[in-house]
Amino acid sequence: MTITQTKTKSPAPDERVAKRSPFQKLLGRPEVGALVGAIVLFIFFALVSPTFTQPGALATILYGSSTIGIMAVGVSLLMIGGEFDLSTGVAVITSALTASLFSWYFTTNVWVGVALALVVSLSIGFINGWILIKTKLPSFIVTLATFLMLTGLNLGLTRLIGGSVSSPSISNMDGFASARAVFASSVNIGGVDIKITVFYWFALVAVATWVLMRTRVGNWIFAVGGDANAARAVGVPVKATKIGLFMAVGFCAWVLGMHNLFAFDTVQSGEGVGNEFLYIIAAVIGGCLLTGGYGSAIGGAIGAFIFGMANKGIVYAQWNPDWFKFFLGLMLLLATIVNLIVKRRAELK
Amino acid sequence: MNAKEIDQQTLLQNEKDPLTHTPVHLLSLDGVAKHYGNIIALSDVTMAVDNGRVTCVLGDNGAGKSTLIKIIAGLHQHDAGILKVMGEERKFSSPRDALDVGIATVYQDLAVVPLMPIWRNFFLGSELTSGFGPFKSMDVEKMKEITLKELAAMGIDLRDVEQPIGQLSGGERQCVAIARAVYFGAKVLILDEPTAALGVKQSGVVLRYILQARDRGLGVIFITHNPHHAFPVGDRFLLLKRGKSIGYYDKKDITLDELTAQMAGGAELAELAHELEQLGGHGDVVKEVQSEVADVSQTTGKTYE
Repeated sequence: MTITQTKTKSPAPDERVAKRSPFQKLLGRPEVGALVGAIVLFIFFALVSPTFTQPGALATILYGSSTIGIMAVGVSLLMIGGEFDLSTGVAVITSALTASLFSWYFTTNVWVGVALALVVSLSIGFINGWILIKTKLPSFIVTLATFLMLTGLNLGLTRLIGGSVSSPSISNMDGFASARAVFASSVNIGGVDIKITVFYWFALVAVATWVLMRTRVGNWIFAVGGDANAARAVGVPVKATKIGLFMAVGFCAWVLGMHNLFAFDTVQSGEGVGNEFLYIIAAVIGGCLLTGGYGSAIGGAIGAFIFGMANKGIVYAQWNPDWFKFFLGLMLLLATIVNLIVKRRAELK
Repeated sequence: MNAKEIDQQTLLQNEKDPLTHTPVHLLSLDGVAKHYGNIIALSDVTMAVDNGRVTCVLGDNGAGKSTLIKIIAGLHQHDAGILKVMGEERKFSSPRDALDVGIATVYQDLAVVPLMPIWRNFFLGSELTSGFGPFKSMDVEKMKEITLKELAAMGIDLRDVEQPIGQLSGGERQCVAIARAVYFGAKVLILDEPTAALGVKQSGVVLRYILQARDRGLGVIFITHNPHHAFPVGDRFLLLKRGKSIGYYDKKDITLDELTAQMAGGAELAELAHELEQLGGHGDVVKEVQSEVADVSQTTGKTYE
C-alpha cells in the first residue's frame, strides 16, 4: 500500500453524501413519528366528532395534555440521560401533600408550604440520583423502591397528621388565593379559558429544548445516556448530570403537585399511583429511547398531546372509554417499534 | 507496504530545553520500571518521542504495552527510572497532569458516543460557549465549523458533521478521536492499538492518519502488535516482551523481517517449527507456519496487563 498525502478538499460535493431534502432531514428527527401520529389522530377525531375542534374542547384537551406534559418534560430529559423514574406519579402527590399538610399543621402562610414542597421534591430527586450513583443499581430498582416508600409515606403521614385519607382543606388559609392564581388559574384568550398549566408546560418544553440543543449540559445529557463511560473519559461530570436530571424531574413534580393542590384544596393521599407510566409513555411515544442517548423534549410534549387527544377524543366521540387503555398500549407499541428502527438506522455503520 | 516511500531519518527536533537551550526530546523514558506488588510489569524501558516522529511500541499480549501507556498517560506512576517531558523530569499523578503537558491518549474504545452527532462528540466535555451566567449557550456554528476544518486537515472530508458518529467507519472514528486530541493541544499522541479491531483497508486508513498527525508536528506513540503496521509508519521501534525491552531501534538499523522475527521470538519460532516437523508437518508447510506465526499476533485480541 502506498501512503499518499491528503487529497486537498475539493469544491465539488462529496459523492458519498447524498443530497437530503428538507423532508428527509425532518424524518431524521426523534419526534417525527409522534408528530405524524398526532396529526393523524387529530384529523381522525376531527372527522369523527364535530365538537372535537371547538375552541373550548381544544382548551380542555390542552389542559389534559399539560398535566401529563409537565412531567413528561422532566421524564424525557431523564430518559435521554439514560435513566427512568418510577416514583414520579406519587412524587407529585408527595409534593402536594407536603405543602398542604405543613401549612395546615403549623397554620403558616401556604407559600411556606409551597417552598418546603419544592425543597422536598428536589430532595427526592437528589436522593434517587445519589442512590443510583452510589449503588450503581439500575434506576428501575432504585426508583421502584422510592415509589413504594413514597406511596406508603403519603398514606401514612396524611392519616397521622390530618387524620384522614385526604389532606384537610386549606382554602381559607393565608396565601391560598394568590397561590391558586399562580398555579391553578385560567387565562382568557379570545373568549376561551386556557388553564395556566398549559403555559407552564410550553415554557418548560421551551427551556428543556434550549438546554438540550444549545447548552453544554444538554450535550452532557445526551452523552451520559448514550455512553456514560465514554462521557466520563472525556471529562463530562456524569454523576452530577444524572443527579441533576433526577432533580429536574423533582421540579416538574413540584409544579404539577402545586397545581393539583390549588386547583382543588385537598389532595387524596392514595392518588398518583400508575401515573408514572403515563409520563414514561408520553416520552417514549415522543421518540425518546428507553435506553437513553436519543430523544427530544418536544417529542415528549407531542407524546403528552397524543395522550390528551386520545383521552378526551374518546369522550367527544361518545365512545366507551374502556377502549382508551387498549388504544394507549397500541400507540406505545407502534412508537417503540418506530424508535427501534430509527436507532438501528442511526447506528448503522 | 513499501517502506521506501517513506523517506525520513530519525533525528532530534528543534525542541529546546527551556533552561539550557540545548535540543531535547519531547518525551523521553530512561530505565522506567513498574511493579504491582511483587509482580514486575515493566522493567528498564528506554525510549524517546520527538516532534514529527512516530515511535512504535511493539509487543505481544502481556508484553507490558498497556502498562507503559498507562505510565505515560498518567494512569499509573512508574516506580523506577526517569520520565522526562521537554527535558524536565516528571511523574504524573493523574491523566489530567499528562493532558496538561500535552500528552493525549486515544484508547481502543475511542471514548465516543455513537448516537451523538460528530461535532457534539468532537467537543464533548470541552464545549465552546458564549454568553453569560444562566444564558450561557454553546457556540454551535463555530463548533461545527472547527470540527469540519480539523477533520479536513486530517484528510477526512465530511460534508455533514450532524450525522451520528456511529455511522462512520471504524477508521474514520479513529480519525475523529485523533483530530480531537490534536485540536485540544496534544503534543504527544498515544494511540493504543488503533488497528487491532480493523480490517486491512481500514488499518491502512488509520496508518495514513498517523502520518497526518506526524506531519502536523506531533510526537506519536503507536502501540501495536503488528510489525507490518508499525514498520511503514514508524521512525523508532521499541520491542517489549514479558515486561522487558528486548530492543530499541532506529528505522535505519532494522528491516521489517528482522522486526517480525524479533517480535515473534526467533528461538521460539525455530522450536515451534521443529515441533511441527516432528508431528509430521511438511517442510514447506512448516516454513509457511514460521511466517504465519508472526502474523498471528495481529489477529489475536488485546489483553490488559
